[in-house]
This record gives sequence, C-alpha cells and structure tokens, in this order.
Amino acid sequence: MTTTEPAPTEAEERPVGFGRLLRKEDPRLIRGMGKFVDDIQMPGMLHLAILRSPMAHAKIVSIDKSAAEAHPKVVAVITGEDLAEQGLAWMPTLSNDVQAVLATDKVRFQHQEVAFVVAEDRYSARDALELIEVDYEWIDPVVDVRSAMDADTPVIRDDLEGKTDNHIFDWETGDEAATNAIFESADVVVSEEIIYPRVHPAPMETCGCVADVERVSGQLTLWSTTQAPHAHRTVYALVAGLPEHKIRVIAPDIGGGFGNKVPIYPGYVCAIVASLVIGKPVKWMEDRTENLVSTGFARDYVMQGEIAATKDGKILAVRTNVLADHGAFNGVAAPTKYPAGFFGVFTGSYDLEAAYCKMQAVYTNKAPGGVAYACSFRITEAVYLIERIVDCLAYELEMDPAELRLKNFIQPDQFPYESKTGWVYDSGDYEPAMRLAMEMAGYDELRREQAEKREKGELMGIGISFFTEAVGAGPRKDMDILGLGMADGCELRIHPTGKAVVRLSVKTQGQGHETTFAQIVAEEIGIPPEDIEVIHGDTDNTPFGLGTYGSRSTPVSGAAAALVTRKVRDKAQIIASGMLEVSVADLEWVKGSFHVKGDPSKSVTIQDIAMKAHGAGDLPEGIEGGLEAQICYNPENLTYPFGAYICVVDIDPGTAVVKVRRFIAVDDCGTQINPMIIEGQVHGGLADGVGMAMMEMIAFDEDGNCLGGSLMDYLIPTALETPDWETGHTVTPSPHHPIGAKGIGESATVGSPPAVVNAIVDALKPYGIRHADMPLTPSRVWETMRGNHTPPI
Amino acid sequence: MQVTMTVNGNEVSEEIEPRHLLVHFIRDQLGLTGTHWGCDTSNCGTCVVLIDGEPTKSCTTLAAMTGGHEVTTVEGLEVDNVLDPVQEGFMQCHGLQCGFCTPGMMLTARALLDSNPNPSEDVIREAISGQICRCTGYSTIVRSIQWAAEHESAVSIGSPA
Repeated sequence: MTTTEPAPTEAEERPVGFGRLLRKEDPRLIRGMGKFVDDIQMPGMLHLAILRSPMAHAKIVSIDKSAAEAHPKVVAVITGEDLAEQGLAWMPTLSNDVQAVLATDKVRFQHQEVAFVVAEDRYSARDALELIEVDYEWIDPVVDVRSAMDADTPVIRDDLEGKTDNHIFDWETGDEAATNAIFESADVVVSEEIIYPRVHPAPMETCGCVADVERVSGQLTLWSTTQAPHAHRTVYALVAGLPEHKIRVIAPDIGGGFGNKVPIYPGYVCAIVASLVIGKPVKWMEDRTENLVSTGFARDYVMQGEIAATKDGKILAVRTNVLADHGAFNGVAAPTKYPAGFFGVFTGSYDLEAAYCKMQAVYTNKAPGGVAYACSFRITEAVYLIERIVDCLAYELEMDPAELRLKNFIQPDQFPYESKTGWVYDSGDYEPAMRLAMEMAGYDELRREQAEKREKGELMGIGISFFTEAVGAGPRKDMDILGLGMADGCELRIHPTGKAVVRLSVKTQGQGHETTFAQIVAEEIGIPPEDIEVIHGDTDNTPFGLGTYGSRSTPVSGAAAALVTRKVRDKAQIIASGMLEVSVADLEWVKGSFHVKGDPSKSVTIQDIAMKAHGAGDLPEGIEGGLEAQICYNPENLTYPFGAYICVVDIDPGTAVVKVRRFIAVDDCGTQINPMIIEGQVHGGLADGVGMAMMEMIAFDEDGNCLGGSLMDYLIPTALETPDWETGHTVTPSPHHPIGAKGIGESATVGSPPAVVNAIVDALKPYGIRHADMPLTPSRVWETMRGNHTPPI
Repeated sequence: MQVTMTVNGNEVSEEIEPRHLLVHFIRDQLGLTGTHWGCDTSNCGTCVVLIDGEPTKSCTTLAAMTGGHEVTTVEGLEVDNVLDPVQEGFMQCHGLQCGFCTPGMMLTARALLDSNPNPSEDVIREAISGQICRCTGYSTIVRSIQWAAEHESAVSIGSPA
C-alpha cells in the first residue's frame, strides 16, 4: 500500500485503536503542568554543583577545599579522594569499561568531574565552586584521533593495569578475502575518506536528578532524566552496593533524550552519594555547557569507504576501514557483543556480493560517549557511509543517483534477506518507496530545473538517500547491556468497570507513549484509549525492561503491549464462554466484544467481562478472578524500517550559504499506530539531519579545549534553517512483530544527513566536487568551492 | 532587595538577591515551573515569558529589572478554564513532543498573534527563530500557530484526549 500523508485535520473521530489521535500527554504540557526533574522541590532539599577540569589531560597535584567548606551555605565539599575512601571513585560504563565519578589521579578530558559542592541553594553551590583550589600538572593531550596509537603518544588510561597504549578494541565483520577478490577485478572502484564528526544530542532539558535517601529505611528514590530507569536501577545497585529493592528510579516528564539520557553520568552518582552522606534530598542539574561538554556525544568516526561496481552500475562490494574516537572512557551504550553497535548494516539497502569492515577504536582526551543522538546504535554512521559512497560511485559513472539505487535494491522476493555481514532484514519493498519520493519531489522536473540553472551559473542540488535501519534491540540470545537481556516487560490490568492500566518498562521522552501504547491496547481489546492509563518511568510501578533508545519502544515494548493484551483477551474469552454458556471455540471476537458465532445478538462486551471477572458468581472451572496479565517479550529478530529521502538545496555562489528549499521523506515503518505521531517523529529527525549536515559539530582545539560548549558555538537548526517537510509513507509490515510495526523514532535522523550532504555536493558538481565532509557551514562550503576542502578532524 | 511585579494578573512582592535571574525567581520562588530553563546564553528560548506583552528570555533577565512590569507565563495563558487558542492549536496540530520548549513557543506565538492576527508562514518562522525545538522540526509548530490564528475568535475548552 502506498499513500501519502493526509494533511492534519481537526476534530477527527477518536479511533479505538490505530489512527490519528491527539496526544494524552498534551493537556498537561500545554498548561505548563508537566513535571520535569528540575521542577521537583522537596523540604530541606540541597543543591549540588560540580567542579570540572579546565584542562584536557593533567595530573591532579592537590585540591584545597577549605575555603569552599567555610562558605556559610555550603554543607559538603567532596573530592575524588573522598569518594575513593568509600570505593566510589570509579563506576562501570555501559561498555564494561570504567569511568571516574570524580577524578583521583588525573583528569582525562576537559570539563571532567573533579569535585562537587552541596549547598543550601543553587547560587551558593556555584559560588563555592570558585573557592576550590586545584593544582594541575599539564600532560600533553591526545586530541588527534589519527595519532592516538602512535608510539610516543601519552597513555590516557594508565589507570587500567598494564595499559601501554590508547587502544580500545579492534572489530571486523564480513568476508575480507571475498571482498578483496571482487575489488581486485571490478571495473570501477571508488574510494573516499568519509568523516562523521562528533555531534551532540543536546536535548532542550539538560541532565539532572534529585536523590533522596531515607536514613532509617535506606530507601533511595531517584528522580532522574533517564531513558532507561530499570537498567539504571540495576547499575546503581551494582555500583553503590545498594540493595536493588531499596532503589526506586523515577523518570518523570523528560525534555527530550535522543540517546543523551541513556548513560549513567557522574552527576547522578554524586547526588546519590551526597544524599546518602548528608541524609537530605539533593538536586543536581547540569547547565547547558556541562551538558554539551561532558555528556554522551555521538559519532566521531573516520571512515575510509570503498565501493566496487561494474561499469554499468551494478554494485558488487563495499569495504571500509573505520577509526573510532571513543573519548577518554569507553562509554558507548551498545549491546555487549556489538562494540561498534549495528554498524554492520553498512551494506545498506543493496544486494551485494561481498562486504567487509575493519574498525579500530581508540581513547582520546575528549568526553566519553559515542552512541547517542538518535543513531540506532551506529546505523547513522553506517547509512551515511553507504549513501555517500554510492553517490560518489554515481559521480564516477556519470549515472543518476536515483537510477543507480533503483538498479541495486534488494528485491521484494529476497526477503527475509541475509546481508553479507549477517543481518537478516525482515521485510522490505524498496522500489515503491523510492518511486513515491521521486513522484512527490517531481524528480525529473527538478533535474530539468537544475540543468537550466547550471547553464546560468546558479547552484542547485538534489540529494537522495535510501536507508534501511535495524532497530528493536534485541533478541536476548545475542543482545545484552552489562549482562542485562534486552527484553521488555508489560503488564495490563482491566479494572472491574472496564477501564484499564498498562505498565511499560520503556519511557517516553516526547515520543508519545502515553498515547500510542493506549492505542495498541485499544486495538487489541476494544477499550477506548481514553479509558486506558499508561504508566511508565517508575521502577516501583512497572515491570523490568531496558528502556527507550535505538527506536526500540515500538518493536520491543509495543510487541509486549500487544501480546499481554492478547493474553488478557484469551482469558476474557474463557470468561465470556461461561457468561454466554457456549464453548470457547463458538465465540468470535469483534473488537470490544465476544459474539456467539452465527448469533451476533448474543454477545458480551469486554467491560461486561471485566465486571464478571471481578464480580460475584462462579467463573469457568480453573479460572481465577481478575483480568490482568504480565509478560516479558523477547524479540525474535530486529525490525528493519526503511525510507527514501530527497533533499533540494540552493547555494548562493557569492556567500556559499546553503538554503534547504525542500525535503521529501517517504518512510516505511510497517504498521502505523498513530500517523500524526509518526509524522512528528520524522519531522524532528529531518531537522536533526539538517543540523548535522550543515551546522553541528563538537570540535576541539589542539590542547583539547572543547569548542562547542554553548549554544552560541554548537549550532542547532531553528525554524529559519528548516523547510516545511513533505512526508509520505509506504507500509510493509514486519512479519515477526505481533502488529507488524517496525519503529520510527530514529529513521529520519539516520536517513537525512546523507540526503542533505548529497544535495550540497550535487550542487557543487560544476566545481568538480565529489565529496565534502560535514558540517557544511558556509565557510566550509566556500572553501570547498575553491578547492580547499579540509576534513573537519 | 524587594521586588514587586504583576505575574499572570496577580501582584507579587518578594525579597530577592539583586543577582537573581527572572527564570529562577519565577520557578523557584513563585513555584511556576511551567517556565523552563535550557541554556545560559539566550539561545534556546525555552525560558521565554512575556514582559508587558513582549517575548523575553527570562534566563538573561534579572528579576530586579522586572519590578513594576507585567509578566505572563504559560500558566497565565488559560483563563477561567478556557484555553488560549494557541494552546489548543499546539494540541490539534502536534506542535509539541517532549513539551519542554512548548511554553516559550506558545508565549511567543501569543505575542505574535496579538500584534499580527494573520501572519504568513515566513513571519511565523521569523517570530520563533530565537527559540529551539529539538523534537518537532518546527513545521507542526508553524501549523499550530496558523491553527490558532484561524481560531482566535473561537472559545474552546481544552479537552484531554
């Protein structure tokens, strides 16, 4: 089925199930009545502020905190040494590395956490930071990722026993020999260094928490900006030795996450320690600079890309060598067996004969992180690589990039398709999506317009990307984070009056779970969404699961919600058979009620059944009272959403300013739960793509000073840099997901950067430009036009 | 020092430090947490409130400077259980996702429509260009403001979904 997105209309009928439905979250948020972490006030609550290193690499010689401690409103000043006495100076990262909570021996990136102050108010806490005297001894920083493994380079992680270099891991995938053989004999080979610079998710709400440890019971309640409350609870139990049943993590309203709120940051641990020691609630909220310079960044891959093809444009193989900058601690949030995340899908949407990737990851004196910013576990980098190198091939072959892609797509009858790097794509039908995007764009007309403009010396570019994602991590046989299987629980209770409450292990940061999960339950059991309350973000009140990131909520938790509802419905059917005095097999489900087959007048609604389940009188033999169930869903495979994007840009030759004139996005996320929310998810990701392609980069100077430490330096698109998005969709359900849904949260962030870059490079074709690296700011475009393009790192 | 101002139609008089930022005064002292804080540099606009009807970034305004002025926060948009058409528009057109930038966006929209009841798309984009939304990509915010412009005269009561 191929349709275009209808324009939003008002006052549509509310669907009992899938369809456009206004959000249940909105009435509180548009009144300013959301409850975000910084909104929490408690009696006696103290404020925590963190002292950070001004240097990227330095030995800590001494810390004098006496003046800060003497501040009349300061309650405590804690250093790394203080934490070390409690065995709390280091914590595990999500990649089985360790990270300093507060530096003890030396600092390893600029703005690393060195000490913290707890004071009566937020102003005093920050005042006192300036009273702490730290004596540092400079060590040459490792800033250039390309020289991190050179013999004479300082060793950053001398805290690790026996460490003599800055190596983290080597990783490879695919068949090296088969790939090399194809490259040796191919008609055409194109190589290009393709860089995905370091960027930052920069959610509008920074990270923070309120920790409250009750002194007598030892109960810790932590209100926290977390996308994964259950996983965090377990890690806190492991780090601090607190009993897990005494930890309650609450993620209230979250002001955007995009992966930035997956890791555990030192600030959270500091607040917990502070509350534990002082016996009062303690709030820690980052300022914007702290967020940008110290929390989970994304990307930072230097990729040598190579593609081999026949002279008529059949792509044969792809090969890449990647250098990955992981910063000072390996803080990547990725499944244990996947140190490079799901980069293995770099073969894209094309039917190749062979592929090979070799990667080396290294430490540098930069903030830790690596997987964040809606990247679907490094698929962003993979898609950028393949979609950029395919365009480079089109350039060399002098072939239309749309035609080249159409010629090489995996065909519908090849699904499930096992890629040359071992990923089993569940379903796909790529050509209709590509054709729809081209039709919406008026592709042929755009090319004609471009040809005319080129005649006149005007710079217009048309960029295409076609992406396939792998989301919904993941099958527990393959995927865990710190040993925790990547499954998700779900619990559904139908109350006697037929109202319901569904409890999720995932957590919205704006995606609208309170609406879409009510719709999933409604679709399955026929209770209107307004009668279904969605509870999430509270470990005491929801079943265990790994949280929301990597577009996994719908593929994993959405499946759990559908299946738990079916489980309840199965029980309801047995109760209905007793009420109607027929056998279970004689009942037919019509959304919301069971009918006797052949006699629709005999029926009971789900609400009738709910009352019966809790009410007086006998139930069928062996059936307990109540109408509720809980499950834990272990996905059979990942899901593979895909999409076709076309970007049109105009470049002012006199200033090199790029204007994104149009952006057409056709997405296929399988079955659609709420088209309004899907469109919103796509729009947001498209803006991210414009930002990364043209504006955003966390850069460093040669001393390791972060140059992207404020929103004046780290540029994020506004309404002026972004066009009115044009969206469409096709629907190719996932065969293994209970409702056929695939997930949409990150599709556009993954798919849009190559479309924008391809458009800009296409506009610069008259200059003989085949490749230019992000961010394509006016100055970088200007230099590129003059043959002075330099890599950003 | 003492500062006296009108906030959402009510006179408030409070003891403050001269350095207190308006955003902290509103949030911490008055308890109106619908005004959010997102950067320190006047770039993100999540802290926008109206001062005498003008959109103003409260993270770089001293509370002391606001003495004698009228401040409107998001909590002041709904009057007697009737939503501002801007609020209704944001719900109808999916103009918000996480909801963090939304109060500031809505207040800027309110000020825009007060001065220009029928703004073009370009004018709307210009009006909100001092504010960042990381979720929506702005198109639905533009549509929300257009919805509000079209429904300014309608009296609507916000109905939870």
